[in-house]
Amino acid sequence: MADSLNPATAAAPTLEVRNLQTHFFTRGGVVRAVDDVSFTIGRGKVLGLVGESGSGKTVTGFSIMGLVDAPGRIVGGSILFQGNDLAKLSEEEMRHLRGNRIAMIFQDPMMTLNPVLRIDTQMIETVLAHEKVSEDEARARSRDALGMVGIPSPDERLKSYPHQFSGGMRQRVAIAIALLHRPDLIVADEPTTALDVTIQGQILAEVQKLCATTGTAMLWITHDLSVVAGLADDIAVMYAGRVVEHGDVGEVLDAPLHPYTHGLIGSVPSRNKRGEPLRQIPGMTPSLLNLPEGCSFRARCPRAQADCVVMPELKPWLPGRLARCHHPHLEEVVAA
Amino acid sequence: MSQSQMQMQSESVGTARVFSDSETPMVELRGVTRRFAKKLDIAAKLARRLGASVKEEIVHAVDGVDLRVRKGEVVGLVGESGCGKSTLGRIVAGILPQSEGQVLWNGQDVAGMQGEAAKIGKLRRQMIFQDPYASLNPRMRVADIVGEAPLVHGLTTRANFDSYVDEQMRRAGLDPAFKRRYPHQFSGGQRQRIGIARALAVAPEFIVCDEAVAALDVSIQAQILNLFMKLRTDLDLTYLFISHDLGVVEHLSDRVVIMYLGRVVEEAPTERVFTAANHPYTQSLLNSVPRIGNRKRAFATVKGEIPSPLNPPPGCHFHPRCPHAFARCSVEVPKLREIAPGQRSACHLNDAA
Repeated sequence: MADSLNPATAAAPTLEVRNLQTHFFTRGGVVRAVDDVSFTIGRGKVLGLVGESGSGKTVTGFSIMGLVDAPGRIVGGSILFQGNDLAKLSEEEMRHLRGNRIAMIFQDPMMTLNPVLRIDTQMIETVLAHEKVSEDEARARSRDALGMVGIPSPDERLKSYPHQFSGGMRQRVAIAIALLHRPDLIVADEPTTALDVTIQGQILAEVQKLCATTGTAMLWITHDLSVVAGLADDIAVMYAGRVVEHGDVGEVLDAPLHPYTHGLIGSVPSRNKRGEPLRQIPGMTPSLLNLPEGCSFRARCPRAQADCVVMPELKPWLPGRLARCHHPHLEEVVAA
Repeated sequence: MSQSQMQMQSESVGTARVFSDSETPMVELRGVTRRFAKKLDIAAKLARRLGASVKEEIVHAVDGVDLRVRKGEVVGLVGESGCGKSTLGRIVAGILPQSEGQVLWNGQDVAGMQGEAAKIGKLRRQMIFQDPYASLNPRMRVADIVGEAPLVHGLTTRANFDSYVDEQMRRAGLDPAFKRRYPHQFSGGQRQRIGIARALAVAPEFIVCDEAVAALDVSIQAQILNLFMKLRTDLDLTYLFISHDLGVVEHLSDRVVIMYLGRVVEEAPTERVFTAANHPYTQSLLNSVPRIGNRKRAFATVKGEIPSPLNPPPGCHFHPRCPHAFARCSVEVPKLREIAPGQRSACHLNDAA
């Protein structure tokens, strides 16, 4: 595998995260929010990063963007973006990439938008921050970006303030801003969670179209398995700061290897389980401050055995299917 | 939950209940409307005196809704933000008065009930809220949150207070040893259990769940949904289950009511809604829902946005977004009519057929 500081080679995936560790040094102790996370995203691909609250999925996204603030710090691993390690870049170098080659979309679009500035001011500023173009050209680019995400009459809407948009429209503006420099990678953190289903459907359709046409790779962070099922190519499931399963989205959802993924899919109410009690995962997510020794899912796992006190490695059990488990659901995969 | 309990539960839930139209519904709404008006301030009143065209802004949160919930039934109320489902839920629970129309409890108009009957009628209808953080008083201990109302209403005495609270907590799946704790010492799922214990402590017959699982993680959501179903059979409860999550509604409900901008557009048995939805809005809503079984597919989209309830479109509220809209839709409000046994829909297309 090509090692760091190579210029973008065609072979290198857009993003390769290797053994990433981001810890928070709090008064209560060290919180291992992200502990040994690895995954890759190829050009034009969508990776769904799934997990429940506190599993470390947002911190993973922030680590890639270089947005982790004190008391948090990246303490180990590498984040290879087109072959270059982002974790080693200076703040100045990172600023050239952020918003330019790598962009982020947040759950709450008001985190991206300044409420007292008009949309055009904010968008033109973003264009000029990374490129020397005339203001007219920057304006034209902003208008095109708004059109691309399906905002009607973009010329007039450029002159509006964020509060004049609905929630769905604001999120479209945030996506348009992320797209201004045609980035190679977009990190999207629960961007449709706060939206109504019909609006969510519209945004997902736009995003899918954009990834296919522009070749932008996307890290889609969400807690919603159903969204990932329709949108992503690959899926990585996180639990207590670690990736526990990684593979093709269809294969993982059809026949999950890790008992946690298995339990999570069983918990989703859907058509064929109507009226029956849902399969539930007992207990609750452990505190990241004092994780049990060994596999962190051990205490809730129906398949746990004595050897689970040793932390399992994330390793391939089948071609392209990784799981961090000593006793994965292999028999069901073979049967399927 | 033990194996036998699980089995019992699935059996009792699995048997289809038969509801006849002739029985008196436990809760019935007749033409209920709720308006919220923004009162004019002095400057605006003055401007109006001087001839400026300033009008009070009125939101029709709920606009002439009829709803029947029969004893033992679970009715799912579905809609997007701003469609009035929470307002309707609050009216049904008796914590918000309606502007017009009648609310009937076991066939009796709630407005006409006096004294003890009115009090009992109100106690029998309880509500469980969406946000388990905002709906519990942070300065009260769990024992007081759960036990205060039954003590006031004489369902328990000071002497039996502790054992009464213990029982309520155990029923909601909480360890009674935690009753001296404050809400902030609990996780989201446990707090929702406290909310459930509080609602059940006054022995209600009817529960309004307003997005009661929306704030929870899926694995915790499954635990709470299972608890709802268990309590339903154990205590013979009736639910009005308000949610924007069609998967959850489909899983729990016997009947589904769909609202759009303050009006009911369709109601039908759950099976029927998900296999033969009639109203174009219901159809597009169902198409927009991401499902775990769908793989890498084009997402179906409804064009346009939800209009502002301050200024809803005339005629059928859905017509600007409807793919089948024709001239009549923008003029005349369609009536909710029966189109199949148990299925009612408000769409002009049904007249043409």
